[in-house]
Amino acid sequence: MSGNSEIKDRYLKLYKDNIERISGNSSPYINFFREAAFEKFKTLGVPSKKDEAYKYTNLDTFFEHDYKSYFMPAPSDFKKAEEFRCDVPDLDTHGIILLNGFYPTIYDKLRQLPSGVWIGSLNEAAIKFPDKIEKHYGKYAQSETDGLIHLNTSLASDGVFVYVPEGVTLTKPVQVVNLVQSEEDMFNQHRNLVIVEKNAEISLIVCDHTLSPQKFLTNAVTEVFVGENSHFDIIRVQNEHNNACKITHTFIHQEKESVTSSNNITLHGGLIRNSTYHYLGGEKAESYSYGLFLTDKWQHVDNYVNVDHAFPNCTSNQLFKGVLDDMSTGAFAGRILVRKDAQGTNAYQKNNNILLTDDARMFTKPQLEIYADDVKCSHGATIGQLDDDALFYLRSRGINKRDARLMLMFGFAHELIKNIKIEPLRDRMDNLVMQRLKGELSRCASCLVKCDNLQNK
Amino acid sequence: MEKDQNKILSDVTSGEYKYGFYSDIETEQIPKGLSEEVIKVISKKKDEPDWLLEFRLKSYRHWLTLKMPAWAHLEIPPINYQDIIYYAAPRKKETLKSVDDIDPELKKTFDKLGISLEEQKHLAGVAVDAVMDSVSVKTTFRETLAELGIIFCSFSEAVKEYPELVKRYLGTVVPYTDNFFASLNSAVFSDGSFCYIPKGVRCPMELSTYFRINSANTGQFERTLLVADEESYVSYLEGCTAPMRDENQLHAAIVEIVVEKNAEVKYSTVQNWYPGSREGKGGIFNFVTKRGMCKGENSKISWTQVETGSAITWKYPSCVLRGDNSIGEFYSVAVTNNYQQADTGTKMIHVGKNTKSTIVSKGISAGRGQNSYRGLVKVLKNAAYARNFSQCDSLLLGDRCGAHTFPYLEVENQTAIVEHEATTSKIGEDQIFYCNQRGISTEDAIALIVNGYAREVLNKLPMEFAVEAQKLLQISLEGSIG
Repeated sequence: MSGNSEIKDRYLKLYKDNIERISGNSSPYINFFREAAFEKFKTLGVPSKKDEAYKYTNLDTFFEHDYKSYFMPAPSDFKKAEEFRCDVPDLDTHGIILLNGFYPTIYDKLRQLPSGVWIGSLNEAAIKFPDKIEKHYGKYAQSETDGLIHLNTSLASDGVFVYVPEGVTLTKPVQVVNLVQSEEDMFNQHRNLVIVEKNAEISLIVCDHTLSPQKFLTNAVTEVFVGENSHFDIIRVQNEHNNACKITHTFIHQEKESVTSSNNITLHGGLIRNSTYHYLGGEKAESYSYGLFLTDKWQHVDNYVNVDHAFPNCTSNQLFKGVLDDMSTGAFAGRILVRKDAQGTNAYQKNNNILLTDDARMFTKPQLEIYADDVKCSHGATIGQLDDDALFYLRSRGINKRDARLMLMFGFAHELIKNIKIEPLRDRMDNLVMQRLKGELSRCASCLVKCDNLQNK
Repeated sequence: MEKDQNKILSDVTSGEYKYGFYSDIETEQIPKGLSEEVIKVISKKKDEPDWLLEFRLKSYRHWLTLKMPAWAHLEIPPINYQDIIYYAAPRKKETLKSVDDIDPELKKTFDKLGISLEEQKHLAGVAVDAVMDSVSVKTTFRETLAELGIIFCSFSEAVKEYPELVKRYLGTVVPYTDNFFASLNSAVFSDGSFCYIPKGVRCPMELSTYFRINSANTGQFERTLLVADEESYVSYLEGCTAPMRDENQLHAAIVEIVVEKNAEVKYSTVQNWYPGSREGKGGIFNFVTKRGMCKGENSKISWTQVETGSAITWKYPSCVLRGDNSIGEFYSVAVTNNYQQADTGTKMIHVGKNTKSTIVSKGISAGRGQNSYRGLVKVLKNAAYARNFSQCDSLLLGDRCGAHTFPYLEVENQTAIVEHEATTSKIGEDQIFYCNQRGISTEDAIALIVNGYAREVLNKLPMEFAVEAQKLLQISLEGSIG
């Protein structure tokens, strides 16, 4: 699709130069997919605005750039990662830290938690549990149109593996901290696999941080299998600098009577694209998809959600909100697909956006595609500004304009934050959102990167 | 009203497409195929000035560079553009004395369709331009309208009599480069209606165009140009039918509307082209480009459409709200039954300040029909205080059909308020049960509920059309239940 052969050539070269090193590092089963995936990428290319799914997002500036891509980190690279401490108070988690998509040496690469849950490196897991990998790897991340997914399959070197055995409820969430730090501009891809067996429960927190001001491009694919009657929550907190481009694809496959939720909170980032695919592959499954983004300057955030109702009596709900300041742009594309025999489906979708300046732009595309008749589906989308009546109400009670606006915006954003079940994280998010709305850029306040000084826009 | 209902009932029971007859009228046709030569022949037949031929050729050359769009949610079988007759006209009989006399056979055809070409017999207050295949056969009430300065005639006559007006407005709203079918139409358009309402005139009667495809293997490519000058008002109706045939026939029309300061245009369509057989054989491909430009301040365009016919509908009547305080409205009911497919909706482009738009779309799918709403609301950077409200509801009757919604909202101004909401559901069993309890059969109950569902849109139609449309809804859904 992408007519830009120059970009393609760049990745062709990258593939040819490094495929041996990447393969040498991972298991044969994962390598087995690489060549076919790369062929697929060659025909599809990097998505451009001509692709319906990327209509409002231009990736060219990030993909045209020359990055250092390295597939074997040196131990000294991990120094920063070892020093990194999560700044959310009282958040008690099982931590995994990844630096540029690799595992630092401070922990075991793959470890078993007391409850029998395994967390750690996908490569290690592929050696230790080949049967599990063969059963799930590459089964859910399928796309006929998105070349980036295939690019990831062909080149991803490592990523996170989480395995929750049958009947296990993990009380503490698993936290994955993705750090990006490099002296040079860098392109990195990782591949995650989460397997939740029957009657199990787990929460996953994924935090994205950048630690140096260089230009970064991340293309990550996550596959999740959620077994019968299981619960799975994923919360993604994205807090990167203005020079970073983050593209995530999350595929959640649900078996019957399972419940999942996905929450993407984008506080900061240059260009962010989150694609979330929910596949309801069994009766009475429920899926909830949430997203919040706050943008300013030249940032661009694009949320894409696809909910596939393949079986009867499933429920899905989507809620996405955005607050856009300065010259930032936002996009939302949500699709509900109800297949032929998925009777008794309830599916809802809502997208609300607030534009704060005349230079901010928002594009939204909520879609319903329905082939069954006994369904209740609705969607709503709004783009507007703060409610004048509400503002007047607050001001008539002696609250000044600035505070009244803040309160309304905070209330607007809080509707999403409140869905976070982990209390310390929820409080922290409220806090960050408030700071962000006050203009004390939550990221920059505590950050030494000072990316804006280096930004070449 | 009671009489009406009885009539509806009998129509429902007898059902089927009632306009599917074919009139044996001697027609003049050119051979199949499309080339620069064919375009020159059409132009010559219509005795057109050079600038128009130039426009056609320019469009044709542009069309050659285009590919048929594939983005719509439709399955369109390949169309061989060389296998279509681009010009077919009922032959004028030499025995007729004056130009105003028309072939009795033609008259009979239109009588059968319920369109009277004789002024005195006609329902008071509707002027008709009747178009069969490639030409306009008769325009009624021309003189009465002319007294007020209103020009209402066929497009070909307008080209001869008012070339300046046509030249000034042709292609200003839908340029020949607009899209694949608009380019094709611009190259080969044969006839259509032209209407000009002068300054300050409120048109006293409904103007209407009736399109009829009669000949086999022909395509109909008509073009309507409607200009409402400052402070004027007009209500315009459009209806269409075609004979039942096993082959698909192509209809690719353009409607352009220009509305000046303080003027208002109401454009209503009841589209009832042959929808194809129950097995999905035959039917019209209805690929239409309709667009209105609210050029002046406080201008208003209101589109109302009832789409029950055609095998495939691809149609997006749009409004460009350029003047400050201008208003665009779109009300639509689209029905797809059996194997019909529809991808229809609107575009509202807010350019001026304080512009408002309303979209109400009601889709009804039955049988194996696929019904999509596709709409764009775009608020440009300088369109301060733009306001849009869209509502798209879909009703599903049967488990083999589909209803889809593809809205696009693009906002570049912070003062804009844009809202979109959509629902999809089937008729509640409790509602049917309620009716059954009161002695209303299931079939009638569904008709009742569907009419109530579409009421919001039907109310926007002029009275005569509303009754017609109500009947149509029932006939289109006949046999889709149980």
